[in-house]
Amino acid sequence: MENLIALLVAAPLLGAAVLLCGGRRLDRAGHWIGTLFAAASFVVGVVLFVDMLGRGADDRTLHQKLFSWIPVEGFQADVAFQLDQLSMTFVLLITGVGTLIHIYSIGYMEHDERRRRFFGYLNLFLAAMLILVIADNYLLLYVGWEGVGLASYLLIGFWQHKPSAATAAKKAFLVNRVGDMGLSIAIMLMFTTFGTFAFGPAFEATGDTSEGKLTAIGLMLLLAACGKSAQVPLQSWLGDAMEGPTPVSALIHAATMVTAGVYLIVRSGAIFNAAPDAQLVVVIVGAVTLLFGAIVGCAKDDIKKALAGSTMSQIGYMILAAGLGPIGYVFAIMHLVTHGFFKAGLFLGAGSVMHGMNDEVDMRKYGGLRKFMPVTFVTFGLGYLAIIGFPGLSGFFSKDMIIEAAFAKGGTEGWILGCVTLLGAAITAFYMTRVMLLTFFGEKRWQPDAEGHEPHPHESPKSMTIPMIVLAFGSVFAGGFFSIGDRFMHWLEPVTGHDHGHAPVSATTVTAATMVVLVIGVAIAWTMYGRKPVPVVAPRGSLLTRAARRDLLQDDFNHVVLVRGGEHLTRSLVYVDHTLVDGVVNGTAASMGGLSGRLRKLQNGYARSYAVSMFGGAAVLIAATLLMRAV
Amino acid sequence: MSFPLLTATAALPAIGAIVTAAVPAAQRTAAKWLALFFSLGTLVLAGIVFVRFEPGGDRYQLTESHAWIADFGVRYELGVDGIGVALLALTALLIPFVILAGWHDADPLETKSSRWRPTQGFFALILMVEAMVILSFEATDVFLFYILFEAMLIPMYFLIGGFGDRAHAGTDENAAAQRSYAAVKFLLYNLAGGLIMLAAVIGLYVVAGSFSLSEIAEARANGSLEMASSTERWLFLGFFFAFAVKAPLWPLHTWLPNAMGEATTPVAVLITAVVDKVGTFAMLRFCLQLFPEASKWATPVILVLALISIIYGALLAVGQRDIKRLIAYASISHFGFIVLGIFAMTSQGQSGATLYMVNHGLSTAALMLVAGFLITRRGSRLIADYGGVQKVAPVLAGTFLIGGLATLSLPGLAPFVSEFLVLVGAFSAYPVVGVIATLGIVLAALYVLVLYQRTMTGPVGEKIGGMPDLRVRELAVALPLIAVLIFLGVFPKPLTEVVNPAVQHTMQDVQKKDPQPEVEAAK
Amino acid sequence: MNPVNYLYLAALLFTIGASGVLIRRNAIVVFMCIELMLNACNLTLVAFSRMHGNLDGQIIAFFTMVVAAAEVVVGLAIIVSLFRSRHSASVDDASLMKL
Repeated sequence: MENLIALLVAAPLLGAAVLLCGGRRLDRAGHWIGTLFAAASFVVGVVLFVDMLGRGADDRTLHQKLFSWIPVEGFQADVAFQLDQLSMTFVLLITGVGTLIHIYSIGYMEHDERRRRFFGYLNLFLAAMLILVIADNYLLLYVGWEGVGLASYLLIGFWQHKPSAATAAKKAFLVNRVGDMGLSIAIMLMFTTFGTFAFGPAFEATGDTSEGKLTAIGLMLLLAACGKSAQVPLQSWLGDAMEGPTPVSALIHAATMVTAGVYLIVRSGAIFNAAPDAQLVVVIVGAVTLLFGAIVGCAKDDIKKALAGSTMSQIGYMILAAGLGPIGYVFAIMHLVTHGFFKAGLFLGAGSVMHGMNDEVDMRKYGGLRKFMPVTFVTFGLGYLAIIGFPGLSGFFSKDMIIEAAFAKGGTEGWILGCVTLLGAAITAFYMTRVMLLTFFGEKRWQPDAEGHEPHPHESPKSMTIPMIVLAFGSVFAGGFFSIGDRFMHWLEPVTGHDHGHAPVSATTVTAATMVVLVIGVAIAWTMYGRKPVPVVAPRGSLLTRAARRDLLQDDFNHVVLVRGGEHLTRSLVYVDHTLVDGVVNGTAASMGGLSGRLRKLQNGYARSYAVSMFGGAAVLIAATLLMRAV
Repeated sequence: MSFPLLTATAALPAIGAIVTAAVPAAQRTAAKWLALFFSLGTLVLAGIVFVRFEPGGDRYQLTESHAWIADFGVRYELGVDGIGVALLALTALLIPFVILAGWHDADPLETKSSRWRPTQGFFALILMVEAMVILSFEATDVFLFYILFEAMLIPMYFLIGGFGDRAHAGTDENAAAQRSYAAVKFLLYNLAGGLIMLAAVIGLYVVAGSFSLSEIAEARANGSLEMASSTERWLFLGFFFAFAVKAPLWPLHTWLPNAMGEATTPVAVLITAVVDKVGTFAMLRFCLQLFPEASKWATPVILVLALISIIYGALLAVGQRDIKRLIAYASISHFGFIVLGIFAMTSQGQSGATLYMVNHGLSTAALMLVAGFLITRRGSRLIADYGGVQKVAPVLAGTFLIGGLATLSLPGLAPFVSEFLVLVGAFSAYPVVGVIATLGIVLAALYVLVLYQRTMTGPVGEKIGGMPDLRVRELAVALPLIAVLIFLGVFPKPLTEVVNPAVQHTMQDVQKKDPQPEVEAAK
Repeated sequence: MNPVNYLYLAALLFTIGASGVLIRRNAIVVFMCIELMLNACNLTLVAFSRMHGNLDGQIIAFFTMVVAAAEVVVGLAIIVSLFRSRHSASVDDASLMKL
């Protein structure tokens, strides 16, 4: 059975190769080929899953070693896969949601002449993401890690003719590279500390290692996670990444790739468990991002950017949970999976709205769309209820667990984290209600565009609505399915371990508190956007609103410090290289030239003057010889 | 006596050079094909060397030895170790692509008389360079190596100075002046380095009484040749200076951007991917092997210079406006990595450095040659003149992107393997150095992506509209290189297998052991 | 007679030749002065040969004559062609060697 693991990766990789090398001949069938390979990978995943269920809880880890990748003295890196419950969860999420989004894209990208290439990139992404989650060592994980970065770069910049898209793609790759630097330093640290970076041996060796080293490794892993999962301080790329086509935003920048950081931290649990300082930093990063993303999400008028802020915030929840240690690992992953369903659904819904509205993204120009797009409205609405944590839906279970776990951390820390997560839940309820009200309720606010085309909102084709319906189904039921009888916990426990902690307040109290803040959030949103008409042009807003619209000034900071500073640095270095380093060389050459210019004057061309110097020289030589003789 | 295989690998391109040069003026195309066939023949011979070489066998294999200048003990001694084999293979592999990419770069201009034969000269010179470079990878006699090291400057000088971009040829006086400046700068820089090396070579002969690498190294190892540490240091510096000019290491790098900028792209590839490798190769073979103590003595300074090269080269690449100069500065950054790997003196670092030489050759060739195809189409080297090429010539843009991704060491492509090994090697010996060098990977992403964004994306620029996509000949250059890059990125084992034993020998020469992991050390 | 006197004569001839080379502008005269210097050298060689009692000097004198003859051939040819091209035999007119 373990021989099938490589097939998971091979199918989409082959698909990408066929689509990208196949040329225009495949233009007409490209989308079908891409979808087929994605679905094939999903089928393999399901087969492996069924097989895994058939075995005992302790016997579920499969290994497959393909070949020795980089064999150098003292350094062994293998291309080897490991499939355990944690990886399996991701495999199913990635291939499942991935296949749905392939299907959705068939309709969404129908009018794009480069649709074949789009599917090629999507397949490439699936392959890289699968390598990331089934690698059995950090170096191979790094391959997937950068691979998804590449796919994300290609897909964000898919509409390259738009300078904004190309810039956003570049920005995403660069910010991710800063994170990747963290990952590569972490791998180097592991190599010098453990002598290996394969999961099993490395985790075993943590017992013999000093806490300082483990903390350093943990912090570097966190840096990597921050880059990929858009956590503060490396979050600035995610908002811009919405320049990509909407299916990309749904798959990569909501459901799968951005959650890779959570995977990394949970996977490295053994290291973090032994490094409490690193864990503390993880929790802080998660908590800060949770609020940061939520605040940004409240102020954006661009529907995708509002959802991007929300993604950031929800991943903040997951990172926070992962930082709690064994209390939170399971819930981090559970929230990740349910979030994968409802956020992908929300993005697909947003894409469907844009599809019907001439690619308009400003929510202030929507309004009242529920009548025109009933399917989109219902699926989006279910996703909305799931994300705000409406009782019984997916988000309710997974988010509630994280809030409980935060309280269970204990001490002051636990109280602070608990309150932050509760506050986050309130803000989530607020901004999601805002999105919902602005888009589907109220009066219609759309106007003809510059060329005078009035949008004609319409429901999207079947290929787009079916994936939305499937995802909505998941948004509604996944949480309940996982939580009844703690199924998900028992499934993951052998890999991640689990610890209940000591909650200072009972679970019921937490749930009640969550319900209260939920109602408050929704109510505030309704008073602001539901009760009175929404202006088409955004009002100036308070200082906080304006700051949040500019991503809380993070971009301005980056621009002033990094971009401008960097430009000045490179420009002055170019100058230095030209004038100083090269100047020394050219200066030497010039002084040589000057000297020989002077000496040249001695050559006046008169034969007789040469003869004089010859005789003079001879006389001097003879005199010198005689003198030497005399002395 | 067995067939002199190593001599043959160098003799074949040399014969090819003579034959190509002798082709009559009217038969230009025949000259091109001849050059291509000779370079392919060399590739076959290099392949035989690669197969015949036994990784577990003697340090130097396929050796040949003949008396040459008996009075001074100069011998014609050849032999290859794993490092030499790897670079030999790289050179033999790249030259056919260089020739193919430069197919039309030396076509005579109509204004010149019919007796003018630039094409024959161009390809003959390229083959000549190949012969000399290959022989210098094989030479195990210091004097023989020195002669080759210097002699390859002559054909390179003519290649840089004599053949400009088609875009400017004959029309732009300024371009000709720039080119001649670049060629003279190249020659003077390298001659200065070579002169100092000559002094050190003579000094070595005075001290050791022999030019034979194996004899001296053996005498050094068993203690029969004592060298005062000051003597050793001076000799080391003499050798190292020459190699650091050629490699090129900061602050001796300024000739490279000029030379690469002004030369035609195949020649630029020849400079950075092939000829410059002789410098880093010689650091590994001569500096470390002949002067192990002095090498260790100089390590801190050299590591700092390497770090400066990495960061400085990358930052300057970001600031360039000229595509070819950008790639040149990127190469300076990469040479910093190679030197870092060599002088980190760990197995990973040195294996990584050797792989880096090969992979850098491949990735730069891919990027530079495709950039050359682009420049030929538009007739400008300025980044600002481009934009939106991706829209009109997607295959060109795609191959350019892959070349760029290889340059920024994306995992899955060959340079990643070597860069990571160098970083790990440096980190395990000097953690701070390793961390600073890691900054290079962020900067590499910056200059590659900025270059790609400005040239390939955005609205279609002026005079870009009708740009044709890659032709068959150009595809025949780009695709095999990309295939090799991917293959060595996924499965570098054939190369590491050959390189590892050689690196272990070098580690023994310098008497260094890899630092132990903390966990092992604790036990 | 004292052979040293020959050396004095040779020195005198050499000085006359050298001054001629330095002072005169006519190429033919310069040329003849050079011949004079060469012959002064010949005289010295022969004188020394006589003084030391071996033949080396006389043999070298023959070589000098042969070389001088060759020089005359080449030198005169140059002077003639120079005269043809510049219509002057002045050595100062042929100052093309400077840059």
